[in-house]
Amino acid sequence: MKIVVCVKQVPDTEARIRIAPDGKGIAENDLNWIVSPYDEFAIEEALKLKEAKGGDVVLISVGPDRVHSALRNGLAMGADSAIHMKDPLFDTLDSHGTAWTLAAAIKPLGPDLVLAGQQGVGADNSQVPGMLAEILDLPQVTMAVKIELTDGKATVQREIEGGIETWETTLPAVLSAQKGLNEPRYASLKGIMAAKKKPITVMDAAAAGLKAEDLAPKTRIVAMELPPSRSAVKMIEGDADTQVKELLRVLHDEAKVL
Amino acid sequence: MPSILTYAEHRDGAPRRASLEVVSEARRLADQMGGGTTVESILVGVGVAPLAATLAAHGADRVHVVDARDLASYATEGYARVVAQVISQEKPKVVLIPYTAMGKDLAPRVAARVGAGLVSDCVKLTLADGKLQARRPMYAGKAFGTVEWTGEPQMATLRPNVFPLAPADTARKFETVTPSVEVTNQRAKVTKVEATAAGKMELSEAQIVVSGGRGLKGPENFHLVEELAAALGAAVGASRAVVDAGWVDHHYQVGQTGKTVSPSLYIAAGISGAIQHLAGMSSSKVIVAVNKDADAPIFKVANYGLVGDIFEILPKLTAAAKASLAGRK
Repeated sequence: MKIVVCVKQVPDTEARIRIAPDGKGIAENDLNWIVSPYDEFAIEEALKLKEAKGGDVVLISVGPDRVHSALRNGLAMGADSAIHMKDPLFDTLDSHGTAWTLAAAIKPLGPDLVLAGQQGVGADNSQVPGMLAEILDLPQVTMAVKIELTDGKATVQREIEGGIETWETTLPAVLSAQKGLNEPRYASLKGIMAAKKKPITVMDAAAAGLKAEDLAPKTRIVAMELPPSRSAVKMIEGDADTQVKELLRVLHDEAKVL
Repeated sequence: MPSILTYAEHRDGAPRRASLEVVSEARRLADQMGGGTTVESILVGVGVAPLAATLAAHGADRVHVVDARDLASYATEGYARVVAQVISQEKPKVVLIPYTAMGKDLAPRVAARVGAGLVSDCVKLTLADGKLQARRPMYAGKAFGTVEWTGEPQMATLRPNVFPLAPADTARKFETVTPSVEVTNQRAKVTKVEATAAGKMELSEAQIVVSGGRGLKGPENFHLVEELAAALGAAVGASRAVVDAGWVDHHYQVGQTGKTVSPSLYIAAGISGAIQHLAGMSSSKVIVAVNKDADAPIFKVANYGLVGDIFEILPKLTAAAKASLAGRK
């Protein structure tokens, strides 16, 4: 079976975020870039399915040259090949544009399954998998914590507030990965060496049949700022009994939350 | 007439609180827009018409009820098609959906279907020259973006527990309408729903959250957090360190790769405050930190700090909270 995994490269989750001089984004110099953690779950799941059922795992990423390192990471984990969607037109994509770009690359591959992280860490939109499913006219199950494939169908567990839903979907389908789905493997030295020889196909907008007007953003960030600083902490001193008594008093009388 | 459309999620025969928060916000925006802007809500399911009154009490003028056996339980495609059809018919200026597990799944599919710009997980909406601006946390709360739409409808999902609930006015006039929509077959459907941690409160919806971290030293001590949570009627959370160590299941995790919470009161017990944890809870209204290390970064975001031994403080706090809350009832 053919499995496509959408991969987004994002700033390291431990990174300190600074605002860009234009005040509309984050400063990207000195940032360490990683594969979005949710996409790692998606890659791992694809590799497990490939190991169980045989097949081919293709990674797709949209972005500038630096995304090659993200694709190499996934290839080192065990994916077979990768497609890099690269074009100056892709620099200002919103979720719609990203989904259309991914869809243009995915459609000709005719995959049995499309996997992606449930959200890209950072922008935290959680939009692309659902938009991609609609554009490709495929069923979707998002925030999967368990995936089983049997006879052209997938059984998927999905987290909701206070519960787990079990879904059944026909294939092909778009599934998005939530934390809890699996534990992503580390690339082995052998995997890292092998990844260097695996193909990364670079495709631009024209080759994918995409035009500027298809990709025009429908939303745009007009300002970005650091979170407002919180008021200084009030330390509650004394022995444990005094601390507890005073805490309950301030939560009730001052903060009015109890 | 200009309108704002909201999607009303419901469970166990009542609209969910997050849906009422969304209606309340829609009402506030509609009144500000003026020009007779109406608030329209859409209810999908079976036997859902009686829920319209609650939506109206919080601000809906018209409730579109789609009652169909094929839509008895939530399924993305069928629901997205129905909502998209109502959007095409009503042409609202704004579409608001709660950022719940369902809303998070539904909204992108609807947005792609109608070609609407979608802004996720908004914590504030403002109007400038009749156009909407949304504020939302990005990089898990390490930054805030202000986002605009380039066209209409302006579609947004709203973070639960952030937008205030309008007081219910059961005397408000409203009408119920039945839109003419086509219901389609669903390729992906729910076959079973199981409650996790039965009887426990859901993290992202709780008004009070008590979270435990590595300071608890081992899974055998996690009950100290659970007992305090029970005494306060709170939900239980955990730091990533504790989840990765396998003490508790991942659905307890608060932080960048876990849940984002914004309760009225967040109590962090034995959590040092790694940046990725702060990301998931720093929008809480009041934060209490209990930690033995006075230099722990958690105290930088806390409103109230207690330096001390959590093994001594937590049981005393649990006992005192029980006594004090019982005394007030």
